[in-house]
Amino acid sequence: MTNTGYQVRLENVFEGPMDLLVHLIKKNQVDIYDIPIALITDQFLSYIRWMQDMEIDVAADFLVMAATLAQIKSRMLLPAQESDQEESEDPRDAIAGPLAEYMRIKSLAGKLAERNILGEHVFARPAEPLVHDGNAEQMPVEASLYDLLGAYQALSEQMAGDPDFSITPEKISVKEKMTNILDLLETQKSVTFSDLAANCADKGEIIATFLAILEVVRLNLVGITQEETAGGLKLFSR
Amino acid sequence: MKDLKNIIEALLFASPSPLSAERIRELIVYADAAEIKDALQSLVREHQERDGGFALHEVAGGFQFRTRPEHRQWVEKLLAPQPVRLSRAALETLAIVAYHQPVLRSDVEHIRGVNSGGTLRFLLEKKLIRILGRKEIPGRPLLYGTTKKFLETFDLKDLKDLPAPDEIQTGEENPHTGDDPGAEKK
Repeated sequence: MTNTGYQVRLENVFEGPMDLLVHLIKKNQVDIYDIPIALITDQFLSYIRWMQDMEIDVAADFLVMAATLAQIKSRMLLPAQESDQEESEDPRDAIAGPLAEYMRIKSLAGKLAERNILGEHVFARPAEPLVHDGNAEQMPVEASLYDLLGAYQALSEQMAGDPDFSITPEKISVKEKMTNILDLLETQKSVTFSDLAANCADKGEIIATFLAILEVVRLNLVGITQEETAGGLKLFSR
Repeated sequence: MKDLKNIIEALLFASPSPLSAERIRELIVYADAAEIKDALQSLVREHQERDGGFALHEVAGGFQFRTRPEHRQWVEKLLAPQPVRLSRAALETLAIVAYHQPVLRSDVEHIRGVNSGGTLRFLLEKKLIRILGRKEIPGRPLLYGTTKKFLETFDLKDLKDLPAPDEIQTGEENPHTGDDPGAEKK
């Protein structure tokens, strides 16, 4: 037996063992109440092997089903014990019942999906109230205990924050600040240090600005004056 | 009578959610339940006969105007909706909850054969299902059921309006197997 028969697209990977079983039943066109157990078991196992080859993690559910199938297969081989009435039942019933129920649910799920879904196929007038009359807070609120629990959980998650969160200071290089100052003096004649400092987000940036001023003055790119002792510094373009 | 019908139509038009006959009766004190029921039925019929851009649907225990599915592409252009796309797993889980409610997570998992905790949580978040309470058995597990939003979303009058299950298909009666990718017989 080769694996080529089970080359399915990834989105079609089976949800679970029941899903795969339904697929095999349909593919082989067999009656779920009369499953050729050897054939289905072989195909089921080869799908698991294919999953392993594709390095898809085989969920334990698949292995449990494989074991169940193998067990049914082995019980089928044993002669029925006449003495015990309980034993005379078909061992395949163990999966036929759940399979029938699962296929029923699958068909119902399909029917639900075919309905005219609100917000997708059909549209109603928007659900938001168009008029806010201001006393919404006095309106009775319809909420269950679980709504309250959910609200509390959402709030506590919001409050807790991320313990690992830390603010990394934005690194402002003196070089950048020098460029800023020179750019600014291209467009305007003069600027004061306090103006520049006012635009700074934190102490670090003010320090960077001050160092940048010292640098541009040292390089003789701009002029600087101080009208009075301890007064404001004024930069002007040359 | 014409007046009553028009009033009800106005209420239905202005209502942001499905309007029940009981609520209409609370609003229109002079009309009795039978008159309101008649008016609603004839409104449904009239809109059906008119065959216009929208129709009056009986949904989630009330009545609501809804656009016709034929005009979907145009309304989509206007509203750019982001519908909740339900995966196969979500639909299966929802179907189990709808038909077996009140239902335990273990019931869902028994039928689907796979862990369904995440899917149930997703459906809870989307408010398509809700927790009905706890079952008084060891562990007191949660019981799930569908919501009014579920009925609204799937255009259902009530839970009795759920589509009936097909007879179980056996292989012989089920000819369509050709759409299985790579499902060649060996």
